[in-house]
Parts: sequence; C-alpha cells; structure tokens
Amino acid sequence: MTDLQHEVEQFLYRQSELLDTKQWQAWIDLFADDGVYWMPADPAHRHWDGVPSIFAEDKNLMAVRMKRVLHPDAWSQRPLWGTNHVVSNVVLEKAPPEGEIVVRSRFHMMELRRDDVRHFAGAYRHHLVKTDGGFRIRLQRVDMTNAQATYDYVLQVWV
Amino acid sequence: MLQERVPDVSKYVEPDRVRREVYTDPAIFELEVQRIHERVWIYCGHESQVPKPGDYYTLQIGRQPMVMVRGSDGRVNVLYNRCPHRGNMMVGDRHGSSGDFFRCSYHAWTFHHDGRLRSIPMMDSGYAGTRYGKDHPECSMKRAARVEAYRGFVFASLAPEGPSLKEFLGKAIVAFDDMCDRAPQGEVEVVPNCFRVIQKSNWKIFLENQLDALHPSVTHQSTGRAAHEVEKEIEQRTGAAPLAYHMLSAFATVTIDKWDNFQTLNYPQGHCILTGYMGLRPKDPDTLAYEAVMEKAYGRKRLEEILGVNIHHVLIYPGLSVQSPLQQLRAVRPLGVDRTLTEIWHFRLKGAPEAIYRRSLAYYNLVNSPATLVNADDLENFWKCHQGLSSEGGDWVNFARHFGKDIERDGRVETAANCGTSEAPMRNQMKAWAQYMQGA
Repeated sequence: MTDLQHEVEQFLYRQSELLDTKQWQAWIDLFADDGVYWMPADPAHRHWDGVPSIFAEDKNLMAVRMKRVLHPDAWSQRPLWGTNHVVSNVVLEKAPPEGEIVVRSRFHMMELRRDDVRHFAGAYRHHLVKTDGGFRIRLQRVDMTNAQATYDYVLQVWV
Repeated sequence: MLQERVPDVSKYVEPDRVRREVYTDPAIFELEVQRIHERVWIYCGHESQVPKPGDYYTLQIGRQPMVMVRGSDGRVNVLYNRCPHRGNMMVGDRHGSSGDFFRCSYHAWTFHHDGRLRSIPMMDSGYAGTRYGKDHPECSMKRAARVEAYRGFVFASLAPEGPSLKEFLGKAIVAFDDMCDRAPQGEVEVVPNCFRVIQKSNWKIFLENQLDALHPSVTHQSTGRAAHEVEKEIEQRTGAAPLAYHMLSAFATVTIDKWDNFQTLNYPQGHCILTGYMGLRPKDPDTLAYEAVMEKAYGRKRLEEILGVNIHHVLIYPGLSVQSPLQQLRAVRPLGVDRTLTEIWHFRLKGAPEAIYRRSLAYYNLVNSPATLVNADDLENFWKCHQGLSSEGGDWVNFARHFGKDIERDGRVETAANCGTSEAPMRNQMKAWAQYMQGA
C-alpha cells in the first residue's frame, strides 16, 4: 500500500468518525474555505451549482445546519438518534504529485432514530488538497443509491 | 357496509372542534378516499412533465394508480394504469416514454395514448365468436372521468359529474395566475425533479399546518435563529447575505406576535390563501433587471399589478399546496390513514433572468429537499400529533383560536385585523370536509 493510499483512507475514516460522534464543527473544518458538500438529486448532474440538490452546502450553510442541530429547540433532534458509517473500496482516481487528489469510496450508513432503523448507502467522491494541516475537501460528492427513493422522514445532517 | 360503521360524519365536526377519529379511524379514511379524493379535482402534474407524445408520468388518485400521458395529437390524457385484459399495470416506471403506443408487458395488447385499443395479437382468430372485440369498451384502457388543465397544470376527477375545474378552484385559481404571470412569457416550465417525502401522519395534519401562522416561530425557531446568526456574520464580512438566508431567518425575526398581522382568506371547497410576508421585491440589481424584462413584456401598470399580488401560500383542498411567488408546489397523496406522501416540484418562470430562478431553487433545496432545514421539525410534529390523536387522552382537536371573530363577506371568510394566527383555515377545511363526507 502506498503512503498516499493509507493517508487518504485514514482521512476518510476520520471524517466519518466525526459524523458518528457528532463533532460537527470538526467535520466542517475538514473542508477548504471554498469547499462544498454536494448530494445530487440526479446522478446525471455534473456540477452542484444551479440544479436541484439534496445537499449543496458551502461552509456558511454548513454552519446554519450545525447551529440548528445544536439549538435546544430543534425538536426533531431531541429523540435518541445516532449513526454508524462504514467506508470502504477506497480508490485513488487522480493523484498528481502536486494539486488536487480525487478519491472514490463506498459507504454504508445505518441510522437509528427513536425506534426506527434506516440504511443509506452509496459512493463518495472527494476532491482533496494537501495543506500544512492535512487534507482539506474542495468538493465531496455523495451519490446515494437510494437518493431517488421516497424518504420516510428526512435527512437531518450530512451523510 | 362502511357507511353503517360511520353513521353520520357530520357529528364529528363542530364549528370550533373536531373528533380525533377523523384523523385516526381507518374506516373514516376509506370513506374519505371514496367521497373526497376519488371525486374532486386532483392535481396530476404539469404539462411540461410530458413534453413529447408518448411521455408519461404516473401518480395516485385516492387508491387508483393513474398515468398522465401526452398523445400524438398533443393532448394530455389521464388513464388508469391498468391493462383491461388481465389487470397488469401498463407502465411500471414512475415516468418515461411509451413510444408511439402503450404495449402491455404481459400479452402485448397495445393501446393508443387516449386509452383506445390499438391491437391484440391474433385478435380475429382469438376472439371470433366471443363477446369481446376491438370496439368493446372493456378492451380499452379506462380514462379518468374528467381531465382539465389550467395554464399548464393538469387536474383529473374520477367522478363524471361535478363542478368544472374553474368552478372548483374558484378564487384559489390565483395560485396559478400568480405563478405564471410572474413569468415574462406568461408561462412556467417544470424543473424535472420531484422530491418525495413520506410523513407518518394523516393527510389533514399536513394541510392544517400549511396556513398555520402561529407555528413557524415555534416549530422553526432553531433554523430561524441559526440562519439569522450566519446571515449577520456574512453581512459583517461581505456587506450583504444572499436572499436565501432571509427566507430562513424570517422564522426567527418575524416573532410570534407579528404573525397576527397577516391574514388568511378562506373559501368554499376548503381552499385558503395566506397573504404574504416574504418581502421578495428587494431593490437589488437582480430584481431590477427582472423588473425591466417584465416591464418590457407587460408595461408598467400591469407589472405593478403582477408584482403587487400579496400571497405567500395558496392551499387547494384537499391535495395541493402552492407557493406561487417562489414557484413551489407540493402535491399531497394520502397513502393510508397514518401515511401521507408529498411530491414536491418547482418551476422556472419562462423568460425570467437566471438569478430569479436561483431564488426559487434556493428555497426548493433548503426548505423542500429531503435534507430540509425546515420541514424536519414539521414532520416531527405531524408524527407526534398523529400518535397523540391515536390515544384516548382526549376526544377533540381544538380549532378555537380567534373563533367568533371571522368576517364573512363576498362568499369568503376573512380573518379579522390582527387575527392572522386565527385557526379559521382549519375550521374552513373541516367545514368543507364535512360537506364532502355527507355527499354534498
């Protein structure tokens, strides 16, 4: 295994761990200042801007979501609620010596909310840049296999 | 018989309160399907969802699986999604193209897009001497009893008799006029994406929430405050925050007491209009550029009339919620007594600058997507309401807020001054419900 492969995998595992442990600010900090988290409404869409999306959030909108979730009167956040992510099949798609790294992976997320279990699965595609503080995400595309299915209830935070 | 199990539904509805069984009794739900959803005009979709002959979209009306399809003559038909031969569903996908005709996947019977039989394999030899043949009505796909469109919005009724679509819509027709008039070309076009969210509650709980002006500052306080904080931060950093933040922060900045300043207008058939609060006519360059295009299309006087329409929300009972100034629409499809599907669409104003579409899109993504920052807390309330109403902790749902102050004039019920949080819309919806349920 190359060092880069290992480094990237560790980064992806840490990112999902931050979601499962609800460390929202630390999760947001993994994005570059102009970073975007995007879950397309349509797998055919190629760019996040100007099309309907399930999520299309820059760091400002991520901050709104985090502050909402942490607000004591976010009623839907009150019940017992947790997730468990498994990330795998990590493939380096582009790894030039300098510049942006593109990495594909697969995820499976199980969610418990009150007494209901839901499963979401799909593919991540991360565009990463290397900084002194480690990798930062320029764009994370999340293609959920069940993105087009009906939602029994909604998604409260990032997948 | 169902009718005997539910002796007189009018006993369940009083002017200022409603029995809890109206929301939770499966027998009442079955009766609602028959007497309301499978009788009145139900929204099927927009003509631009099926642009080419053969294009179809499926939907449910009451318990009936239907298909909206454009024929080779350009007309939009609404048919039962069922082959008359053995009952096979004609199309299994949610939407797509059927080509030049429908072809059943079981025994290859084919049908024109208006439902008429086109061919049966070896028909002459196979059906000679039987009661069936090409012109037998039971050999064609059944059509919805009535189909009508208004400004591209297609409705169907499964009852052969009843008011016309225009009579049914009455003053609520403004939902479509307001949306289309805001387009320089006078038309809207669907953005081909439907968000579908299920709520575990009775369909009426959703409708009652739509024009409930008291709930936003309570239910959506967390999102309003979060958006307000970030909006202020962005303003300090860059001078101005995008309009989308205002759409969200209004939930916190329009405080609970201010909501009484708004007004609801309630109409026969259960329809209702909530007058607006959105403040979507700022003086920024995007709005001014749009107004210039509109002025060219309509002239100054008409432009002022169009942009002066003061609507936040129009509810078309029993299954459509329209936010015309933001070109959003939610169709409500009851799946069961405690399960309801909403199908959520938005539209482009034909001829309007891209920046104006971006406002509609921002609202669609932030408020109406399955990752909504707003509706999550509504759905939580709906579920809790349904659970509570299933209990024997009380018999009634209370709609008495500002009861007795409603003003009746010009065939509608208006909320009085400073009574915007009146529960008049719920009272009005239940009045229509009782009339429908008594077979009116």
